[in-house]
Amino acid sequence: MGANRVTTEGESSGFAIHPMDQFVIKPLFGGTEVYWYTVTNVTLWMAIAVLCIAGLLVLGTRRRAIIPSRTQSVAEMIYGFIYNMVEEVTGHDGVKYFPYVMTLFLFILFANLLGLVPTSFTTTSHVAVTVTLALMVFLGVTILGFIRNGIGFLSMFWVSSAPLAVRPILAVIEVISYFVRPVSHSIRLAGNLMAGHAVIKVIAGFASLAVVSPVVVGAVAAIYGLELLVAVVQAYVFTILTCVYLRDAVGGAHH
Amino acid sequence: MEGDIAEMGKFIGAGLATIGLGGAGIGVGHIAGNFLSGALRNPSAAPGQMANLFVGIAFAEALGIFSFLIALLLMFAV
Amino acid sequence: MATEATKAAGQGGEAVGMPQLDFSTWPNQIFWLLVTLVVIYLLLTRIALPRIGAVLADRKGAITNDLAAAEELKQKALKAEKAYNEALAQARADAAKIVAEARAGIQKDLDAALAKADAQIAAKSAESEGRITEIRDGALAAVTEVAKDTAREIVAALGGKADARSVAAAVTARLKG
Repeated sequence: MGANRVTTEGESSGFAIHPMDQFVIKPLFGGTEVYWYTVTNVTLWMAIAVLCIAGLLVLGTRRRAIIPSRTQSVAEMIYGFIYNMVEEVTGHDGVKYFPYVMTLFLFILFANLLGLVPTSFTTTSHVAVTVTLALMVFLGVTILGFIRNGIGFLSMFWVSSAPLAVRPILAVIEVISYFVRPVSHSIRLAGNLMAGHAVIKVIAGFASLAVVSPVVVGAVAAIYGLELLVAVVQAYVFTILTCVYLRDAVGGAHH
Repeated sequence: MEGDIAEMGKFIGAGLATIGLGGAGIGVGHIAGNFLSGALRNPSAAPGQMANLFVGIAFAEALGIFSFLIALLLMFAV
Repeated sequence: MATEATKAAGQGGEAVGMPQLDFSTWPNQIFWLLVTLVVIYLLLTRIALPRIGAVLADRKGAITNDLAAAEELKQKALKAEKAYNEALAQARADAAKIVAEARAGIQKDLDAALAKADAQIAAKSAESEGRITEIRDGALAAVTEVAKDTAREIVAALGGKADARSVAAAVTARLKG
């Protein structure tokens, strides 16, 4: 499945602008083949995200002021927000994984928000990116769970509060739901962003009909606002789910 | 001819798959509504449950996103 | 499979299909994602997070110190207020005592003066009383004398011979009656 070449050209018969061509990965400096090291628009927008994060968290806090400037207080707010989330959800032992959670949150937040810049490229709308992020969390949590709790980590699947007869069934369900986690974790993020951007593009495509174009402008503005909300909420949700999964590994078998 | 029927089936299937989004909408609305009614009964406890609210919404929404994904797969990938 | 997809995409529009499912770009994305994450992680752990943590700790320390100083100052103020109140109460009590003493002294003087004045008044009135009695007695005697003389003259004028003793007796009897 899905072996489409991005370079394939076809007859344009439907939309004047195709809702999916905003997700195409193109090499920045010529050429058509995308090798693993090729500098593409993915590279560009991830680099911009890194620059934004550096600007906010490194340049913004360079004065180390007791009374913070506006940028510094935003950086401190994000820091406090994620720190409290990690501490509340995973408990005291989870705080040492805070930098990792912060990295995920900042990357997803800035990738989502930068994706809303017109004509930009949304890196987090790609399943490859979110699957990598989710698998990192999944493998990290699983390995960490076995390191911290040994074989006792498996007792997470054996619900000791349930009657003995239904425990095997519950164990099967728990195992399945455990392995579905990275799937839903990644598809949620990519799907939300892909859907939002595609919807904006589809609606914008209707603007070629002069009659409805004023409505289209309003609708695109409204959905753009919704997408801003979605961008922040999805970053938050990805992060908090990371914390929830981390709790299983850090907090032991009880969940 | 054969291809056209397959094409038609794909579009019909994609359209049917989007019905799943309605289920996600019901689920998300249910969670948000219940959260609100609980929060109005006991507003002081509400801020502490924001995380649970978002996790619940995320779980409910993920299933809707799956059906959307299936629609996309039918449209573009199968 | 691939041709079918191409055909389907071709009828859909610009024939890009779903770029997300173009697995030939996956290594590229994953590679750059990992690079990005490592860079962000290093930025955060080496520079940003320790710095922000330090600033927050500093601020917390400063606030705690300020609060402690404020608490100390408040205690001092409370102490000063207590001392002030005590001094005020003391002064009030002193003043009340002085007032009471003064009042007692004045009362004593007043009483003495009043007693003296009373005694003087009593003496004066007794004296006056004596003199009034004297005058009244004198006046009574004079009236008797005048009456006797008048009666004798009247009797003499009427041509009678007035015996001094009988006239006096008659006048006395009349004055009494």
